[in-house]
Amino acid sequence: MASVTPAEMSRVELSCAELSVREINAALRQLPDGTAVRLTEARGQHNLAVGLSTRLDITISGNAGYFTGGLGDGPDITVEGFTGWSAGENLMSGTLRVRGNASESAGSSAHGGLIVIEGDASSRAGISLKGGTVAVAGDVGHMSGFMAQAGTMLIGGDAGGSLGDSLYEAVIYVAGKIRSLGSDAQVEELTDADVARVRELAAAAGFGHIRAEDVTRVGSARTLYRFDALKDQRY
Amino acid sequence: MCGIAGLQITNPGLRPRLGELLVPMLGLLAGRGPDSTGVAIYRDEAPPGATRTKYSLRAPRDGYDWDGLARALDEAGGTGPPEVRRRGRDAVLVTGLAPERFRDLLAGIDAQVGMFGFGAAIEVYKDTGPAPEVCARYGVDRMAGYQGIGHTRMATESAVTTEHSHPFAVAPDLALVHNGSFSNYAGIRRDLTDAGVRFDTDNDSEVAARYIARELAAGADLAEAVRRMMKAFDGFYTLLVATRDSLAVVRDSFACKPMVIARTADYVAVGSEYVALADLPGIEKAEVFEPAPEELYTWPA
Repeated sequence: MASVTPAEMSRVELSCAELSVREINAALRQLPDGTAVRLTEARGQHNLAVGLSTRLDITISGNAGYFTGGLGDGPDITVEGFTGWSAGENLMSGTLRVRGNASESAGSSAHGGLIVIEGDASSRAGISLKGGTVAVAGDVGHMSGFMAQAGTMLIGGDAGGSLGDSLYEAVIYVAGKIRSLGSDAQVEELTDADVARVRELAAAAGFGHIRAEDVTRVGSARTLYRFDALKDQRY
Repeated sequence: MCGIAGLQITNPGLRPRLGELLVPMLGLLAGRGPDSTGVAIYRDEAPPGATRTKYSLRAPRDGYDWDGLARALDEAGGTGPPEVRRRGRDAVLVTGLAPERFRDLLAGIDAQVGMFGFGAAIEVYKDTGPAPEVCARYGVDRMAGYQGIGHTRMATESAVTTEHSHPFAVAPDLALVHNGSFSNYAGIRRDLTDAGVRFDTDNDSEVAARYIARELAAGADLAEAVRRMMKAFDGFYTLLVATRDSLAVVRDSFACKPMVIARTADYVAVGSEYVALADLPGIEKAEVFEPAPEELYTWPA
């Protein structure tokens, strides 16, 4: 390492046209914390930058496919384009930022970390969310927040039909209109703590267009589930 | 899973490259369905006013005597010898014989010969096997045309055979490919059968194709026919339906079967995944979007 300065070490470029997805992900796994990496010519390929537990700063040039940045536990990933299904699926920590739109199931099952979609997200955004945060600057499609158990969604635009269907303990904030609420989802009173939380999230996501005191809070009416898991942590 | 792809080319300069562009799209979707592959290629060749029909036929065995079949059709039909275009072991016969008469004559001459599709513009090629293999078998990459749709199948509802492969092209110039599975097709199939509709297979997607064909025959346009189908059918679907003069995309209300649409001044391209569209010329400037659930998208050819 003596001959490599930190500045040189932090600039790595990998071409998705020259390397297979497996080779890309294997190469990423070898890089030390703090490395800045650019993946070029993504061209819609699936499973890019998945399963990483190091603190890398990854930029994906172009449009990415399914499961981009999935299972991540550490890296900060930016996609300079749009993504396919399940961007940031099962994220544990770190961030995934998509500059364009995201297809279905963005941020599905994320346990932690922050998923930011700067465009719109399609159907089922934040489905089965387990503690992570999904922030969408634009609109989300139908059945978003479906069965979300824990965590937060911030929707800067409008929400499609059946928002928050069968919601557990996750909370959804919507700045725009809601086409319809799903079963067991309800609009709840916005507290000062909610406003503070929305401000904090909007700042973290870099959304300047959201008025925190004007969002709608959607939570669970708790008539569909009978667990008391979150009451005394017995499960 | 299954993969579906389609390309409608509006720029005439690009039409000679239809097959060259469509085959890699299907190749990239082969992973979604390696069981069988099929395409419907649309190209108009007949001078205006001419009534010649192209019949996409399946050989009952290797080395089939297509010239012999053409002679027999000429003798029996009396409209002149059909032009024979060999495609792999199969062939397209071009003749002035009208579809019902052609079908009757064919059944009398050799009932073993299958028919994949027929019409003024459509040609259908399909077989078991992954996309690159099947497309090479028919030389699809060298085919010109203004519109094409294709399918890579992962079978769920019925057997893996050539006949069960998509597209289902059951009416003049109509072709349908389907990603998904219908749940109430058996009942609809019984109703259609009672009404005199005949089926080639026990496949669920064929029922949707025959349903749309019946509505078209009753005077509906493609959009209306597909809307009626959506009312009647329950299940998961992303459908791509082509006629001589249009292309349509529709997804069910859950929209759990994917589809991406890309539009440029030169073409409309659709595919199950963006990766299938990523190599098309000018894609970086395309308007790319995902079709909304239960919304019908159509483009005139």
